[in-house]
Amino acid sequence: MLQRTPLYATHVASGGRMVEFAGHQLPVQYPSGPTAEHQAVRAAAGLFDIDHMGQFELAGPDAERCLMHLQVWDVTQMAEGDAHYSLLCYADGTVVDDIFLYKLPGRWLIVVNAANRAKDWAWIESHLAGHAVTLTDRSDELAMLALQGPQAATILQKLTRQPLAQIPQRTALTLDVGGVPTIAGRTGYTGEDGFELYVPAEQVVELWQLLLDSGQTEGLLACGLAARDSLRFEAGMPLYGHELSPQINPLEARLGWTISWQLPFIGRDALLKTRLEKPQRLLVGLEMVDKAVPREQYAVAADGQIVGQVTSGMKSPTLGKFLAMAYVPARYSALGTVLEVIVRDQPKQAVVVKRPFYRRNAL
Amino acid sequence: MADYKLDRSVRYAKSHEWVRVEDGIATVGVSDFAQDALSDVVYVDLPEVGSPVSAGKQAATVESVKAAEEVNAPVSGVVIEVNPVLTNKPEQINEEPYAAWFFKVRPTDGLADELAALFSPDDYAAFVAGLG
Repeated sequence: MLQRTPLYATHVASGGRMVEFAGHQLPVQYPSGPTAEHQAVRAAAGLFDIDHMGQFELAGPDAERCLMHLQVWDVTQMAEGDAHYSLLCYADGTVVDDIFLYKLPGRWLIVVNAANRAKDWAWIESHLAGHAVTLTDRSDELAMLALQGPQAATILQKLTRQPLAQIPQRTALTLDVGGVPTIAGRTGYTGEDGFELYVPAEQVVELWQLLLDSGQTEGLLACGLAARDSLRFEAGMPLYGHELSPQINPLEARLGWTISWQLPFIGRDALLKTRLEKPQRLLVGLEMVDKAVPREQYAVAADGQIVGQVTSGMKSPTLGKFLAMAYVPARYSALGTVLEVIVRDQPKQAVVVKRPFYRRNAL
Repeated sequence: MADYKLDRSVRYAKSHEWVRVEDGIATVGVSDFAQDALSDVVYVDLPEVGSPVSAGKQAATVESVKAAEEVNAPVSGVVIEVNPVLTNKPEQINEEPYAAWFFKVRPTDGLADELAALFSPDDYAAFVAGLG
């Protein structure tokens, strides 16, 4: 059964092209098109309905101790209001999901991928035994928007009296945004400054319109899933089901920086072993030397042999280059290594380049 | 269904290419309906000049933000020219689909029959309406 977010009618009325994504009907683009939406986020701002994301709340005296076990980031270093990217791992070290963790007053918010919501819930619940905690699914009552881009703060500031300068990167604060109670995290999935907003589901249509009106002078555009994907891709961020899966471990995905090795998280033993032995394959960035669009699941070849696979690829709207992320054996992962991507049976030359492809203020 | 433009001076294939025959040369592109369905075009792979093409068979590839799609030759013949503008400005396909031609073909025998098998503008419009 396909779910509609509270903004469904709004998307349709404004010309959003609706597609199925992780069991939800969401706009893949608006009439301005994915490229224009992408550029709006890089140059001004974009607004995304990301209500498909799941939100679980964990509370109780053992919540922090429980999180040390459930996920890889060092929660003991997080102050109230802090937000951070992290991973849930299986005992064999592969990835259940990548998550965002918020330490809110008296509770933790765990933000999970839509496609993994049921799986994550079952997995987390199965590891709560013996802990004095309560786990609550807030996904239906909370709606989630992302306001992203260099003008995001200017647009949001017009709607709230609280100074947004009080919200540094990767922290969250509860705001009154035009009368809508909002948890605003200075986080995102685009590589730009911006906010992810958690609001009561029944008020999200009102907030969406407030933000669009507020951002009119700044060039704010409503954005769809296609722009969300191309923005995160340029910023080198993984997408579960592409760069992450139950067959991939965080060291292969080069997410070792998220891991607090001193804590007893699930998957630690397996990952310590991988760290010692070095991962056999690694995620790399590829830039096409021959012009061609590298796409997900295209084979990557070296020395006439298939050695890997593209996980995401496209023509980068910001850089104008044909780029990909791919898993290849570690011996082919050095920057400058020449590989081939097989495009419609034709080998096309590509070279290993640095990720992320795009960093703000670095162009 | 979104509104789309219909060029009344061309004939259309079921696979959404258009063909315009002038002075015995067939010029081929994709319809406004097709470019809209493709979303933003980012790349085209054009045939080599001199290569033979067959009606209904793939002659080029158009790549959008969504997918790679085949572009078929609506008529048979030999490619005599490809559009160099599309290599650097593939977005012209979205902006002006009936000006953004892909390639030109010198038709072989049988052109009249091949053209007759294609849709008139009205038949194409009815076909597209039926796609729902």
